[in-house]
Amino acid sequence: MSGTFLDSTELVLNMGPQHPSTHGVLRVIVKLDGERVLGTECVIGYLHRGVEKIAENRTYTMFGPYVDRMDYVAAISNGLGYCLAVEKLLGVETTPRAAAVRVILTELNRIASHLLWLGTHALDIGAITPLFYCMREREAALMIFEKYCGARLTTHAFRIGGLQYETYEGFENECLEFCDMFLPKCDEYEELLTGNRIWVERLTNVGILNAEDCKAYGVTGPMLRAAGVAWDIRKALPYSGYEKYDFEIPTRENGDTFDRYMVRMQEMRQCVRIIRQAVGDIPAGPIMAKVPKVIKPPLGEVYVSVEAPKGELGYYLVSDGSTQPYRCRVRPPSYVNLQSLDKMARGSLVADLVAIIGTIDIVLGEVDR
Amino acid sequence: MPEDPKPEGAPVPESAPKPEAAAAPPAPPAAAPPAPKPAAPAAAKPAAPAAPKAPPVMMTEVWSSDLTEDLAEEFGGAISEFLKYQGQPFLVARPDAVLSILQAMKDNHEFDYLVDITAVHWPARDEQLDVIYIVYSFSRNERVRIKIKIKQGYKPLSATLLYPTADWLEREVYDMFGIEFEDHPNMKRILLPDEWSTFPLLKENGILKMDQQWVQENLGIESGQ
Repeated sequence: MSGTFLDSTELVLNMGPQHPSTHGVLRVIVKLDGERVLGTECVIGYLHRGVEKIAENRTYTMFGPYVDRMDYVAAISNGLGYCLAVEKLLGVETTPRAAAVRVILTELNRIASHLLWLGTHALDIGAITPLFYCMREREAALMIFEKYCGARLTTHAFRIGGLQYETYEGFENECLEFCDMFLPKCDEYEELLTGNRIWVERLTNVGILNAEDCKAYGVTGPMLRAAGVAWDIRKALPYSGYEKYDFEIPTRENGDTFDRYMVRMQEMRQCVRIIRQAVGDIPAGPIMAKVPKVIKPPLGEVYVSVEAPKGELGYYLVSDGSTQPYRCRVRPPSYVNLQSLDKMARGSLVADLVAIIGTIDIVLGEVDR
Repeated sequence: MPEDPKPEGAPVPESAPKPEAAAAPPAPPAAAPPAPKPAAPAAAKPAAPAAPKAPPVMMTEVWSSDLTEDLAEEFGGAISEFLKYQGQPFLVARPDAVLSILQAMKDNHEFDYLVDITAVHWPARDEQLDVIYIVYSFSRNERVRIKIKIKQGYKPLSATLLYPTADWLEREVYDMFGIEFEDHPNMKRILLPDEWSTFPLLKENGILKMDQQWVQENLGIESGQ
């Protein structure tokens, strides 16, 4: 048989960069033995815009909108991390009112980000309906952002020292209405998927990453929690007043694709819990702390990270005492988590590779920056 | 312009070296090495114009804990400073010792999560590059930065055997700064094209600097600008 086109040698295939299930311009070089994946290599950088270099050429204030364009489905988390990092460098703390509103918007954004993930992940696997449902509810969250700041995705909602805008009339009510509306919808998604035998069997034991591997690969966020490590920066190193709110860190044991799905579903419910507490208790007062008009932090360096929907999003800022960051390093969760793709995919089927790419929840804008 | 529209601007009280930083704006990057003791700079007041303009210094404090005692005992002179800035601890180590420090922190002190590896370029300094490792311990809930200062061309040992996550992180540092890591399994560019010739985050490369030849050959256009 050897020498014919029917022989069973390994096959190297390109998946992407233009492939619908890679969620952007990700190219995965796959080595196959029949249907089995022997190994993968990611080729990234198609969306590289040199964000870190841009930061060195802009003032601290001017760089604010750029961070929204990294993980553009969770722009508010990016903005929060950046503002917290610069505030730490300046040694200021935002006002209680601003901190509470920041938490509300960030959690709404987490729901929006998870919804987009859920819809597209289900779509990859073959369930088309959830996408429409998820988009419908995500729209409601985006409407709140739009009313608050006029933008839906790249919101630039926060300013260094506080908020961009005062909340609008009826903001609290709309947030609560969203929460009331959203929880039954969560049940609806779960009815469609969690109890669905095709869904369960399609995801269980696919792309297992245990706790030890997660730590070795620096994987954070829902992926780490699905492997049984109850670690969330909002609890471990609280920021923006998260220590005041009562919420749980959902975890699972197996660290497979189904567990990651379950963790994200439960996280959305926890978001609702946090939003309700925060909305019920927004302190009165100014929305901006006293920050100098020209932001010129003293010589120094800080690393500040937040729990973005995808994992640990960190900013390492170095100031040389001028108005521009001397160095602004972004530690992107998508980039680091994507590295574990090879580990998860080895030995799986090609069809599962699509599920595994989806379960990491990457945004290529953040991977490539 | 995106400057603060609300003029609330009283400067922050903590920023002690501020007035002099304003007097000599482009703080030379050479001023970077953090002062071991927070003694020198505080006396800067605009009232004393005759005093020589001391370059601003990072207002660090000494960091001491059981961890620093253990590390100091084990590594002695290989770690030159244990410091804290804004409550965040970091240590400055000799470049050849960094891997054994990481190993000791991982094995003996449960720093089992390598958060990030990055670098900073200080062209005016003799050792032009800082390489920064950020490690975190889940059980201690502690984050520590390890900083080494290296000359251009020095090849630090790769941390990939200790932490597999170092693979892409080190590749990005190479991509942006040209720092090659010794024994890295796949030391090539990651975000930029493989044939790209410059290292964009080095300070001598301006924001508009690009690989003209690559752009012309591969994109078929005269210039990317």
